[in-house]
Order: sequence, then C-alpha cells, then structure tokens
Amino acid sequence: MAKQLHIFVENSPGRLKAITENLSKIDIDIRAFAIQDRGDFGLMKLIVNDPEKAHLSLADLGCACALKDVLAISVPDSPGNLHRLLTALAANKINIIDAHGFVLQPNKLGVCILEIENLAQTNAEKIVKDAGFEILDDAQLYSL
Amino acid sequence: MEIRYWNKDIETADIKSIRSLQLQRLKAIIASALQTPFYKKKLPSVGINSPDDIKSLDDLRRIPLTSKDDLRQNYPKGFLAVDTSEVVRIHTSSGTTGVPTVIYLSAKDLDAATDIMARSIYATGTTKNDILQNMMSYGLFTGGLCMHYGAERVGMMVIPAAGGNTKRQVQLMKDFRTTVLHITPSYLLHVRSKLDEYGVNVGDLALKKAFVGAEPHSENTRKKIEGLFNIDAYNSYGLSEMNGPGVAFECVHKNDLHIWEDAYIAEIINPKTGEILPDGSEGELILTNLIRHAMPLLRYHTRDLAFLHTDPCPCKRTHRRLSRILGRTDDMLIINGVNVFPSQIEEVVMRIPEVGTNYQIYVEKEGALDRLVVKVELYSKIFLGEAKQIDNLKTKIADELRASITITPVIELHEPGMLPVFEGKAVRVVDNRPKL
Repeated sequence: MAKQLHIFVENSPGRLKAITENLSKIDIDIRAFAIQDRGDFGLMKLIVNDPEKAHLSLADLGCACALKDVLAISVPDSPGNLHRLLTALAANKINIIDAHGFVLQPNKLGVCILEIENLAQTNAEKIVKDAGFEILDDAQLYSL
Repeated sequence: MEIRYWNKDIETADIKSIRSLQLQRLKAIIASALQTPFYKKKLPSVGINSPDDIKSLDDLRRIPLTSKDDLRQNYPKGFLAVDTSEVVRIHTSSGTTGVPTVIYLSAKDLDAATDIMARSIYATGTTKNDILQNMMSYGLFTGGLCMHYGAERVGMMVIPAAGGNTKRQVQLMKDFRTTVLHITPSYLLHVRSKLDEYGVNVGDLALKKAFVGAEPHSENTRKKIEGLFNIDAYNSYGLSEMNGPGVAFECVHKNDLHIWEDAYIAEIINPKTGEILPDGSEGELILTNLIRHAMPLLRYHTRDLAFLHTDPCPCKRTHRRLSRILGRTDDMLIINGVNVFPSQIEEVVMRIPEVGTNYQIYVEKEGALDRLVVKVELYSKIFLGEAKQIDNLKTKIADELRASITITPVIELHEPGMLPVFEGKAVRVVDNRPKL
C-alpha cells in the first residue's frame, strides 16, 4: 500500500518552504502534494519517491510528521471514471477523510489518492479492485 | 438632588463613631478567627490570644497580612470558623493555580453582606421601582448571586439573566422595561454594538443606570458608556474574598467609591515595603472583613492598587472613598470580568502530554470584548498524521483550560520550536488591549 507523508504546518509565511527546502537537500522528489487547510494550521500531504527517508529526515529536524497508509488508485483519465470509483465506495459506506488527484499521463492515466477512515478495518481495497481499478504501491507510483 | 440612604445613621456617622464600631466589630471577628485552624496558629504568634488583646484599631497592625496563597494552602477548610452545618453558602474565586479560593457564609453573614449590597444599590438612587437585569455570571462567582440578593432586599424586580446570549438579553430589556443593568463595562459596550444589528434603538429601551464592575475601566470608558446609552454608570468594587461586589460603590455624585467602613477596614500599603501609607497615597489595598464570622479574613492582600481619601462628598456620607482601581501588584489578568492568573494556564498546559513546554498567552480586543489566545506547540512525537487529531487536541486543551479558568480561550497550535524561546525572563503574557 502507498505511504503518504503528512506534515503539521502552522499557517504562517515560509512554513511550507521550510519543508520543501529540507526535502530538496536530501534529493527527495515530490510527485504530488496537497494541503488540508484547517484555518490556523494545515496538513501538507506529500507523495514522494522515498517516503521513509523523507519522514526520518523531517522528524530529525523536529517536525510533527507521520506516514499514513493511503489508497493510491490508478484511474483512467476519461469522463465518468472518478464517479464510478466513488459510487462503489459510497455503496459500501466507506468514508473518505481527504483526497487529492493528479494526472500522470494526460488523456491516459490519473491517480487518485484516498485517505480512508479506519482503513485497516475496512475492505476498501477489495471494493476498489472489484470495481475494476488498480491499486498502486510506492514502487508502482514511481515507475509509472 | 434628593439623597436616599439605606441606613442613614451608619452612612453619615461621624468618623469617631465609625472607628469605635470598627474596633468593636474587629474584636468580635478576632474571636471568630481564633476558631479557625489558620488564625488559631497565626494570631498567638503575634501575641493575640483573645479579643481582649485588641485594645485599639492600632493593634490591627500587629496582625500579619493574609494572602491568596494562604487561602490556597489552607483550602478548603483552614479558614472555616464554624461547623459546616452553620454554613448556608459558599463561593469560590480563581486561585493562582487549579486550587480556587473559597469563602463560607453563615445565614447571619449572608444577611449582613446582603444588607451592604442593598446599601450600595440604594446609594446610586436606585429604588424598589427599578428593574434590575443582572448580567453577571451566577454560580460560584459572587458577582451574580450577591448582587441578586442585594437587589431583592431593596425590593427591585430582578431579572437573573446572567451573562451571554446578547440577543435574549436585549429582548429581556425590551419586554420587561429593564431600568438598571449590572454588567462588565466591556460586555455593555458589546451590547451597544449589537443593538444596530438587532434593529433596536437605545430609545426603545427603558435603561436609566448601569452598575459596572468586575473589571477596571477608565473615566473615559464610563463617559463613553453613558453617552452611548444615555444612562448613568456607577463604578462598583468588590472581590469574592470580601463577599463580592458591594465593598465600595459610587453614590449619585459618581466621584469615587464609598467604601463601607463599618463592614471593612481598609488600609493602603506600599506593596514593596509593606509600610502603611496615609490617605491620598497610592498603594495596595488591604481589607479586613468585619461582617463575616463563618470565614474571617484579616488584612487580606487584594493586590489591587488604589488610594483612599476623605474629601467631603455632597451626599454627606462620611465613609472614606476609594479611587478607581489603578492596577495590580501581581500578574492577574481580568478577561471580560473574569480573573485569570497566568499560572493557572501554565499548570493546565504543562499536564497535557501532547503539547510542548513552551507556551504564550495573548490577550486582545475583539470589538468591545476581550479575547484570550493560548499558543502552544504540538509535541512532534505524538502526531499521527490526522487533522482530526489536532482538532480534538485543541478542543481538549480548551476544555481543560475552561475547567480551570472558567472562560474558553482560543487555542493556537504551533509547530514544535516555533514559539519564541527566551534566555532571560520569559515573556509569556502579551496584553495587546489598549491601556486604560
């Protein structure tokens, strides 16, 4: 299963830059990112080439960060596919905490990153696969 | 102007009679104090073993001062002079830590305190024909209940509205033709800013007066309140340890507060040296309660800075007058009328494992009201990566703080290491409210 790096950042100028600066120093490649905004703070969510290394490096610097299991789902880039995926999850009462998506190959392949509530206790993976989607692990995310 | 007295004999007694009454009452209070675990030890150490050892008011100076810290260390019963079966009411006030200070009142004490409160109300020209909307908190805080009892004693119709829910407050003022408010100055200004929003004109209300207290304010704030509402605003002074809001009150002349010397002995000391200062000198107000026997309190450090004076008042009351409160000798914050010690906040923050040990307290104005912001750092190792965890943590910190300080602060969570680190004396409290 794919790992996403979650970093607690307060809402003030320069805080995101402090993260990217540290990651660039250790040659981490950021493939995708999103920010969950909560007013006076936010969570920066990163899909990177080496999640463990990035996590350890930031933790050493004293950052509040954690690796989270997420579903990285390969979604063909054509109308209706995201809807089909969400319909399958909704039908099974799977709750999505947060999500972001990015296009890897325009008109061909997109990736949808889903943070699922109580992921380990659900059968979300099976539901996604049964609906005809492929779930990517870290290595696949980077070989695409 | 017709001057009404609640108890003309006492309010206009010559100063010699007042001093003589004080001595008589002090001796009686010493007798009660000698029944308490605290003073039973303290008084004999200065040679006071019975009321007869007090020969004149000068002997008061032999009695050591009592502080909030003494109250805390002897919580809950170290100052109690009677069996709890004789107690009819307790009140508490914020302590410097999670331990509050408590006062006990017997039925007789409550009657005496109520009478002093009624006297204060009456001095402003308020009568039984007035309708009081009491917008101070009820419950453990003395401001609500003690005013309520005093107003009932005067015979007023009392609306026990308590604080908050401004829209309902205004509706009550309209529906019941409220003529007098008991309220903090900041909340009163807030109410004014809301009237336009509710489409209510000041002229639609029947307000005539406001008793403003529980937080220090300037003469300019009073003028502003009076102008905005077209009312008279009377300054009041009190503290829970001395039975609440009726310790000193302004009369219709609104020229400093008459301190009821038959009920309290007031002294002003130099807060640094402890030296007793003459009338007219600014210093810390020290109070001895002469009307509470269930829990005597002698020479109590109010930590309020003020001065006393004997300028004649056109109302002919003879009791000395107390100036506006000019400041504090400690770091107590008064936030929307609620007393808060930074040490209370520190104690709570330090016992929450999810936050670091660095914190800052900000106080600022949001409109007319005060806003307390507590800034803490997230402890990095506990972060599990979920926004909900942070939201829950903020709620938990706010709840635990509210349990200690009774008001709900805004919690700001910062990244580890982002709050300023101080090498010398830490600047933990930043009060950005305009100076009085």
